[in-house]
This record gives sequence, structure tokens and C-alpha cells, in this order.
Amino acid sequence: MIEILDRYGLLLLMGQYPHGPLGGLALTICLALAGLVISFPLAVLVGIARTSPWRAFRLPAALIVNAVRGLPVLMLIFWAYFIVPLMIGRSVSGITTVICALVLYELAFMGEVVRAGIEAIPKGQVEAARSMGMSYRQTLQKIILPQALVQMAPSILNQFINLVKNTSLSYIISVNELTYAAYQVNAQLLTRPFEVYLILAATYFLICWSLSLAVGKMERSVNQRRQLAPGAA
Amino acid sequence: MEMLNFDAVLQGKYLGWLLAGAAMTLALFAVSWLAGFALSLVLLALRQSGIRVMQAVAIAFVAYHRNVPALVQVFLWYFGVPQLLPQAWQSWINANGSEFVLVSIALAWNSAAYMSEDLRSGLRSLPRTQLEAARAIGMTYLQSMRIVLVPQALRAALPPLVNQSLTLFKTTSLAMAVGLAEMTYASRQVENESFRTFEAFAIASAFYWLCSFALASAGKHWSRRLSLQERRA
Amino acid sequence: MISFRDVEKYYGTYKALDAITETVEKGEVVVVCGPSGSGKSTLIRTINRLEPISGGTISVDGIDVHAQNVNVNSLRSRIGFVFQSFNLFPHLSVLENVSIGPTTVLRQSAQQARSHGLVLLDKVGLASKAGAYPPQLSGGQQQRVAIARALAMQPPVMLFDEPTSALDPEMVGEVLNVMKQLAADGMTMVCVTHEMGFAREVGDRILFMDAGAILERASPEEFFKSPQHPRAQKFVADIRHA
Repeated sequence: MIEILDRYGLLLLMGQYPHGPLGGLALTICLALAGLVISFPLAVLVGIARTSPWRAFRLPAALIVNAVRGLPVLMLIFWAYFIVPLMIGRSVSGITTVICALVLYELAFMGEVVRAGIEAIPKGQVEAARSMGMSYRQTLQKIILPQALVQMAPSILNQFINLVKNTSLSYIISVNELTYAAYQVNAQLLTRPFEVYLILAATYFLICWSLSLAVGKMERSVNQRRQLAPGAA
Repeated sequence: MEMLNFDAVLQGKYLGWLLAGAAMTLALFAVSWLAGFALSLVLLALRQSGIRVMQAVAIAFVAYHRNVPALVQVFLWYFGVPQLLPQAWQSWINANGSEFVLVSIALAWNSAAYMSEDLRSGLRSLPRTQLEAARAIGMTYLQSMRIVLVPQALRAALPPLVNQSLTLFKTTSLAMAVGLAEMTYASRQVENESFRTFEAFAIASAFYWLCSFALASAGKHWSRRLSLQERRA
Repeated sequence: MISFRDVEKYYGTYKALDAITETVEKGEVVVVCGPSGSGKSTLIRTINRLEPISGGTISVDGIDVHAQNVNVNSLRSRIGFVFQSFNLFPHLSVLENVSIGPTTVLRQSAQQARSHGLVLLDKVGLASKAGAYPPQLSGGQQQRVAIARALAMQPPVMLFDEPTSALDPEMVGEVLNVMKQLAADGMTMVCVTHEMGFAREVGDRILFMDAGAILERASPEEFFKSPQHPRAQKFVADIRHA
């Protein structure tokens, strides 16, 4: 296995870069980051819509969330592959397609995280803010979201871990991220699939497992902070 | 954009492919779920056994399956494991629907990891006095688990288990990556030949939505029945 | 200042408020008391529309609180409300808690809101805690900050919903003292409270409620010496034994 790593390590890590486009693990991380960063503001909007007092916002948001959650991520990728070029008017790269699919996935799942975060803020604080004359929007902006976003941080990191795992599905449309790169290495070697895919699994494991340890640490510190808040409940 | 024509897709060989795809998805789900659930009980037993080595095995099993993407797990089983088996077994597997068997095993192991964790938190939510009471009557540890604790843990773990079942149902779509003709694969097949991309994907999506809805409703219904039982008792 | 006319409220088929008709004049301190479940909290929460009503009208300063087209936020900015569980904002400092109302709702400058806030904190005895955060304060301190926060909006009327019920006994006094000072300064106040000492000292009138209706209205003197209604008599007797 060491020779595999030796010969193909760089390919798995970075694809053809710098003699070509970025690939491998580096592309995986970039895809996951892009998915997170682009979907986050949208997810906050979805979460706000889901908890809105107005049905005109609540119902469409619920529809979108349930529709996206009911489909496999592969179907989301295929839909993106089909619809995005139609919407933009020209063909798009596999990378763009995957990012669109991941953003759609996250705006539903992270939207639910945001919703839970908003609903977790004690109702008493909302009443106190509204009793002073603060509007619903002002209450969201100054009281609810600043607290909710901080408390959601571990869940957001968790979603990032899910994104890293889901980038592996871009293999289906031949995007040269880590899984596809491993597939190509295996196609060259042919006789050592177990080792190649074991290396692949080990790489994901290392990354996701370390991130999940970080999530655990974040959760503990958020919980600690919450313990010290008596009158807030 | 030309007019949508669902009839073109819902007849002849296309319909055949779609129905076969649906049947394959359901078959894959059923087999993986049953095997996975059985395995999750074994994992739970290992974890609760108190024997360090067995617990370590369970913990490692769960950590691996939660931190490696499901697609990579499928690849490891489909491409990697046969390499390790003796030639005779390899030939037998190749001749006898290797895709279905290997993918089912991969999915079963994957969901067993998650389900055992859901069951474990269900178990942890039970008051310790339950086990003490059972032992006090004279039941052995295994009997206490089987007759008193696990049934209650199941009830407590029902919502996350339903969620995990929904996820497993959607994860069956990964089988298309190794050529198994489940629903997502079938929809691609149909759209490739008929060029009716929207219709093909829409039908596949409707299938997933309907089944997700059915599963979620069944889960809700069952959970209500179980909590009614509790109240009556 | 505040007037109720035939106010009714239903939760489903349960009648929470029953034909309430009452007026609170400017400068009055009205204490609402009664056994649990009598509707006193519900009543006070309908004044600033935290709870809706099913029938009748409530007016504050001539404005119909529950009318369809009324600007609820503007109305609420003129009614101070102090909660049983304080409801301070834990992510803001004490001074920020007090000044967020004026800056956000009254559009005061941060400078103005801060200096006014410090004056109020001094008034409730907590100027030294301006930079502290709510989780670091005791219950009594938090409630005093909550009162300062409500006062920062300079409302003509203050509502108190069991302000001391969630406090340990030794902290009740410090909060009541702030409230007594407010009453002495001429604030119009409606207080739902069990603190009969407070009622006797600064209360102008007592409203005794049970099962959603106002059963007796009297001065604190009359109410505690010779309650008229049988249920009021039981209530006063129970309190004496407590």
C-alpha cells in the first residue's frame, strides 16, 4: 500500500494541479466549503421562513425542505445536471453542477438546523423584546439570531462533515474529486482494488473523524455556556 | 421547451425499466433493512457486553461506518472484498448477482452502525431501575435485555430509527454506481434513450417522495400506537 | 389610562376572563391578586396584547389595544412590562439590555441611550454592574435590570406580572423597594403579586380575581381587614396562615 501512496499520493491529494485543474482531496474540500458557504445564507433564510408567523413564507419553505429531504442526493445531482444549464442558458462544468446540488441539499438540511436553533431560544426573551415594541424583524435580528447562530455552530460543523462525505457522489458525473481520483488509480492498477479503496476510506475517515472530535468539543463548550444562563430560561 | 409528455415514458420498455427499478429499490431496501437491523442488535449486544474487546469492535465498526462515505463503503465491498476472497468464491459471486449481494451487505453494515447507535441512546434514556428490577426478579442479563429493556429502548428509539430507515431507502440509489438497476439508474436509462429527461426524473422523484411519505407516516402511526400503549398501561 | 370593557377570553371552551370591566386612572397603583388559575396573569398580559381577547375592548391612553389596524409595536413601546422570569437577553451586557429598546425602537443615539441607561441603573442600584452579563447576576439583580430596561422606554404605565415570585426570599425586598420608589414617583402601575405588604404600603386599590372574574374591589385597608366576598375572605385567611 505504501507504494500506491508513493506513486499516486499527489494525484489523490491534488489531482493534476499544478499541471492541470485542481482535483483529489483538495477539490473535495473546496467543494464541501463552497457548498457550506453558499448555502449558509440561504439556509438561514429557509430557517427564518420555516418559523415565520406568515403562511406565505412558512408553506413554500416547508415544501422545499420536504421535497429536497425526500430525494437521494444522487437524484439532486441529476436534477442539477439537467436544470442548471437550462436556467443559465449554456452548459456548466461538473463542479458547478455538484456545488448546485450540494447547496440545494444543505439549504434543506441546514435550514432545519437553523429552524431548530431559532425555536430553541426561550419564548420569554421573544416576549420581552416584543413587549418593548421591537418588531418581529428587529427581534430576529438583535435577539434571536445572534444567540441561535452561536448555539448552532456544532451542528453547522456537522453539516460540513456530511458535505465532505456527499462530495464523493460527484464521482457519478466524473468530477475529479477524491473518490473519482481513487477510481482512476484503481483503473490503472487493476490488481489491487482493495488497497486502493482502503486508502480512500482511510482518508475520509481521518478527515471526518477529526472533524467530529472538533464537533464534540464545540458542543461541550456551547453547553457549558448555556449552563451559566439562569434568568434567560 | 417542448411539451411534457409523460405518456411517452410510461409505456412499453420504458415503463418496464421504471417498474423494475422501483422493484429493485424496494428489494434492496427490504433486504438491507432486515439484515442491518439484525446486525444492529448484535452490535448493541457487543457494546453493552462490558467486555473491552467486544466493545472496541463495536465502537470501531460504528466509527468507520459513520465517517466514511456510503459510496466508498459500497466500492470497498464491491471492488475490494472480492479481491480478498478465494478464486472459487469470486467465480460464484460473479455468476450469481454479485451486485445485489455485495451492495446489500454494504448498505446493511452501514445502516446497522447508525441503528445500533440510535438503539443505544434509546437504551441510555431508560431509567437504570428497569434493569435492576428485572435482575431482582431473577432474570439473567440476556433475559432482562430481551424481555424488558430492548423493547422499551425500541420504543424510545423509534423516531431516529424511522429517520435512519428513510435515509437507508434513499441510500439504495448508490447501487447505481456499480450498475445495479434500481430506480435512479432506471430513470437515467429511460432519459438516455427517450430524451425525456424531465419526465423520467419526475417519475423517479415522485416514487422517492411517495415512499418517503409512506415510511414517515408509518413511523408516526407506529409511534403513536406505542405511546398509547404506554398510557393505557 | 387603562380601561377594560366587558372583556372576555376563551381558551377553547374554557373561560379564562369573564366580563371584566375596570378602569385604572393615571398615577394609580393597582394590585391584582387571587388564587392560582384565577386569570390574573392572563388579564395583565392582555393589556399589551401578549394574549389576544375573545370579546370586549381594552384601551390604553385612548387606543383600542386589540383593534385590527392598531400599530402594536408603537403601542407596546409605551407600556412597560416586567416578567416573572426576568427574560433578560443573556448575550447582551446589562447596559446593552437597558439601551437596546431605546436604540432599536425609539431610534435614540447609542450615546443618549447609554447615558440614560446608566442613570436608570443607578436608580435601581446597579450602576456598578453595567458591564456585567445577566448570567453573572443574582435573581434579584436581574429583575432590577429588567425594571430598568422597561423604564428606559419611558412608558407612562408599567405592568408587573408576579415580579418577585421567582426570587429567593432574601432578594424580594430589593425588588419591592424599587417598585415602591416608582410608585412614590407617581408611575401608573398594575401589579399582579402575592406580596401583600407591598399592596398595603403603596397600593391604591386591590382587585381580587377568581375563576376569571373580578370578585372584589377595595382599598388595601378594607380588603385585608374585612373582605366582603366569601372567596376573598378565604383567600385573606389563607394568606394570614401562610
